[in-house]
Amino acid sequence: MAAPDFASLAVGDVVAEREFPLTRDSLVRYAGASGDFNPIHYRDDVAASVGLPGVLAHGMLTMGFAVQPVVDWAGDPGRVADYQVRFTRPVVVDPVDGALVTVSAKVGQLDEQATVARIDLTVKLGDDTVLGKAQVRVALG
Amino acid sequence: MNPELQGRVYPSTEPYLVGREKVREFARAVFATNPINLDPEAAAAAGYADVVAPPTFAVVVQEHSLAQLLADSDAGIDFSRVVHGDQRFTSTRPIVAGDLLTATLTVASVKSLGAHSMVTAETAITDAAGEHVVTAISTLVIRGED
Repeated sequence: MAAPDFASLAVGDVVAEREFPLTRDSLVRYAGASGDFNPIHYRDDVAASVGLPGVLAHGMLTMGFAVQPVVDWAGDPGRVADYQVRFTRPVVVDPVDGALVTVSAKVGQLDEQATVARIDLTVKLGDDTVLGKAQVRVALG
Repeated sequence: MNPELQGRVYPSTEPYLVGREKVREFARAVFATNPINLDPEAAAAAGYADVVAPPTFAVVVQEHSLAQLLADSDAGIDFSRVVHGDQRFTSTRPIVAGDLLTATLTVASVKSLGAHSMVTAETAITDAAGEHVVTAISTLVIRGED
């Protein structure tokens, strides 16, 4: 797939937006795929026993899907050269209602020399930001 | 935890063979929709030997190196108090099904923040030829006694 045209990008452009409806099934699926079987991600009693407000999504699951709108925009997962996040707030996933996480991806910085775009992600559960300093460096050369 | 841990390098992990179906399973679990993650023909058309793993797949390989650190009694990390603070992946190239990967963890820094400790672990992941593929960096916060 062709890469987005670097020259046509401007800082502040929103390049992708997507909603991710999470359910408990999503957490079980990620546990199996990643090998992270910490029971706080699927057992209410264990989550409660360690003082959590409920069963939480794996931080690495949130990090994993939050970059997907950027991958689709970039056209090729191989163009993601660097990706970092800070886990600032847990995502509680209700057994019935799940959780709806929204991702907005915006151009944060453009490195003309290297043709690398830094895409900044805003990842929210309702009004709360759940990832801080979520930045993706995409090589568009 | 033990402040003298800084700079320690753990032995490289057993080689991890990246399977095509594992990549697809992981891709579906992180809601990946790009055909290059899922379809070998689409990956081949884009110039890859097989399906390409999502950007965070390296965590599966990194996990084996973190397990060494957490199991090290000399490190003194109480796993029940560990919170994942931040995470970064810096790639030379994407992971592709068929790769045989080895992970080597270095303790980059150990800091104290009041009652809490913070350890930053850098895991360099290399392929069968010994070439760098990706470095996975985790900062773990070990919460102090309440």
